[in-house]
Amino acid sequence: MIKLTINNQPQSLDVDPDMPLLWAIRDVVGLTGTKFGCGIAQCGACTVHLDGAPIRSCSVPVSAVAGQKITTIEGLSKNADHPVQKAWIEHQVPQCGYCQSGQIMSAVALLKQIPKPTDADIDAAMQGNICRCGTYVRIREAIHTASAEISAAPKMKNASKLGKR
Amino acid sequence: MSADILPTANRRDFLKTLGLAGGALVLGISSANAGAPAPAGSGILNINAAPVGTELTPYIIIEKSVGGKPGKITIMNPKPDMGQGTFQAVPALIAEELGVALNQVTILQTGGEKAFGGQISGGSSSVRGSYMALRKVGASAREMLVMAASQQWNVPAEECTVANAQVHHKASGRSIAYGDLIDVASKLPVPTSPKLKSPKDFTILGKPSPRPDVPAKVSGRAQFGIDVKVPGMLYASVERSPIIGSKLVSFDDTKTKQVKGVRQVVKASRVLEQNKYDGVAVVADNYWAALKGRRALAVKWDHQGLDAFNTVAYEKQLHELAKQDGVVDHTTGDFSKALAEAPTKIDAFYETPMVSHSPMEPMNCVVNWPTPDTVELWTSSQAPDWIKSKMADEFKIKPADIKVNITFNGGGFGRRLFQDFVLEAAHIARSVGKPVKVVWTREDDTQLGPFRPMTFSAMRAGLGADGLPVAFQHKVISPSIDATLGRTRDAAKPDKTMTEGISEQKYEIPNVDNRYIFADLQVPTGYWRAVTSTTLAFSHECFIDEMAHQAKKDPMDYRMAMLTKDSDTKKVLAKLREVSNWDKPLPAGKGRGVAQWEFFAGLAGHVVEVSKQQDGSVKVDKVYCVIDLGTVVNPDMVRNQVEGAICMGLVAATKEGITFANGQAQQTNFDTNQMLRINEMPAVEVHILADGGNTIKGVGEPGLPPVAPALANAIFAATGKRMRRLPIDLAKV
Repeated sequence: MIKLTINNQPQSLDVDPDMPLLWAIRDVVGLTGTKFGCGIAQCGACTVHLDGAPIRSCSVPVSAVAGQKITTIEGLSKNADHPVQKAWIEHQVPQCGYCQSGQIMSAVALLKQIPKPTDADIDAAMQGNICRCGTYVRIREAIHTASAEISAAPKMKNASKLGKR
Repeated sequence: MSADILPTANRRDFLKTLGLAGGALVLGISSANAGAPAPAGSGILNINAAPVGTELTPYIIIEKSVGGKPGKITIMNPKPDMGQGTFQAVPALIAEELGVALNQVTILQTGGEKAFGGQISGGSSSVRGSYMALRKVGASAREMLVMAASQQWNVPAEECTVANAQVHHKASGRSIAYGDLIDVASKLPVPTSPKLKSPKDFTILGKPSPRPDVPAKVSGRAQFGIDVKVPGMLYASVERSPIIGSKLVSFDDTKTKQVKGVRQVVKASRVLEQNKYDGVAVVADNYWAALKGRRALAVKWDHQGLDAFNTVAYEKQLHELAKQDGVVDHTTGDFSKALAEAPTKIDAFYETPMVSHSPMEPMNCVVNWPTPDTVELWTSSQAPDWIKSKMADEFKIKPADIKVNITFNGGGFGRRLFQDFVLEAAHIARSVGKPVKVVWTREDDTQLGPFRPMTFSAMRAGLGADGLPVAFQHKVISPSIDATLGRTRDAAKPDKTMTEGISEQKYEIPNVDNRYIFADLQVPTGYWRAVTSTTLAFSHECFIDEMAHQAKKDPMDYRMAMLTKDSDTKKVLAKLREVSNWDKPLPAGKGRGVAQWEFFAGLAGHVVEVSKQQDGSVKVDKVYCVIDLGTVVNPDMVRNQVEGAICMGLVAATKEGITFANGQAQQTNFDTNQMLRINEMPAVEVHILADGGNTIKGVGEPGLPPVAPALANAIFAATGKRMRRLPIDLAKV
């Protein structure tokens, strides 16, 4: 039994300890918002947060995160109203949408680290996420929009708990 | 996701098909599902749920209002959404005429049923092909609802208007919801020539509209094929020879069966058009166990000499073949004579690589055979009706006994027009006797094709005293998509797919001789976004620049000088000249290039701006695009598509592509088969030409072909170096 917390829900998983976290999340826990794209940490479609920091869940054995806290796209907000999600809707970022869970998780982690990122900061933080549809122009715009909203809003509860990257 | 949200019954099972094809209207008579409970909501946007209510046409199902609560309205979308926006743009055609807002309706995806005619998302055809037909569907339904209201109120139909899913009668101040009219309306005769709205009255079409799938796609709730789970389902991964076409000799699954969770190992058959490729499927309780079991397999393949293939030798062969005359694609005037007499002659040879589609969602399919003759499947596909016909042919079963559920596609780009992954999964599930989900790895996807074929082009031109061409020849040397898929082809005729667009350009050249030379290829090739235009536009439009340079003319002026008659191409270039500030010189070290391309899907032109960097590399700074549409449905989605096409065009122009050695692709995953990343994406400015009217051109593909030639032409302008071979390595130009 491997115990961990996913989206604040404790989980006990009876799985092969080698099973990548991605497949435990998708096939065993049943949360399919986190996507399989490459299996070798090259595309970022499987990005989730480990204690607030972005990781590629396809390349982390589930046993390596036993006892830790994982957040997936489903745990980001109840009604798709996280400032990053709102900005993604405002800019109509997704095309096929398949990579966007990973893009959003990377963007949320970036904004926790650097609330007002420059284009160079965005390039550095988002380079690990491939979008084959080519929505990069809008991802950049949406991150700036989300940044503005987060900066304008009263300080959020968790804003001081910055994840390590 | 739990099983309870999966479709259990489907209205289309009960649908009375009355010979409808491609958007004609029939009166729906089925109400077998009326009153059935809505599928339990799990939060996942499942576009295969069963619609509830009475159909007014197969595309429009309206639930009866109950206790003052207006009934639910469902619109069927016949064109799968792979990111190109059909989930909004196609239902919008119906909604506009029906008089409903898109946020008032539920949109569901069709599954290849005959009632909906052609359901292919491809060829940039979804919106332009449905534009009139689906507006008529909406308008007919509107007239039936209006007629029902006017009868009930005893007022002339002409005095009634519609809005927000209600019929209104202004003079008496009355309104009635569609759900209160459906019983009567559905029994009325269907108007054969309904009156369409005037575009000036449009509330949805032509306006930038948010897409209803976006909120689901930013919250992980949109369901893709890979997310489908059905009760009792097993998972499979298939070992196939990386040398495509090897025959299976034997396999040893001793170690595989020791992997915890592995249930069965069965032979697999990937049927790609006329080609059949062997495989060994490992079936397990979860996908990870299937993958682990697959890695433990020992498989013996007979490569049958296919392992000798490599692209270096193949390219030499293409160069040799270029000496042949080939078959004529198109001629005008007397090319040979004009060339012989021309004071200036130039020629150039252009080369392009094979590339992969690489949609972010790997191929996958869930198949369940409740009986040996009936099957249900769930998949991400661009071609629901082709799945039906291919499945019927392969398994000798009736189309009516094949239920196809199409989810959102995690990218398509032409890859999902093929049914190989569906048929393979169907064979596996049949052997196993349980529902099975087959998921390809990225390595499978990268190495097994079908790929975009390479094309080589031998270009020749004769220029007159004024520098303008008097003779022009584009000779294409390439494999044939049809031939690599095992289809029969006539060697005496040009392969029009392989010469796509080269004889459609509007340049006024008196003597033209375009030709095709066939090259055999053992690797399967297929339709890739904008197909052969993506490579032929490169050779064609770069050579036009070479001609301009030879004539010492500005490339834009030179093109305009060949466009004396009015044409859409001329309009596009004139607009590009204006929006890109073409006539304003750039500082030293920067350059701009132009290219346009007209082909079956439509027309667009780009100006690319690049700058030389200190380290010898070249940076793509900005791309200006003008896309010519005639009529536009969702301008924001058009911009999105063009931005994406430019990104994809840059990948094909600057990344390595697919090469072969010892019979297998040398690229395996995104580490070796690189895609563009956000730091490499230039600024993009999109301009849409859409004056309205009956012309409506494609959106998804036209933004792609001009990318490579405009880039290469810009690099020449900035560096003086002519790029005649793709990919261009921007790091060391």
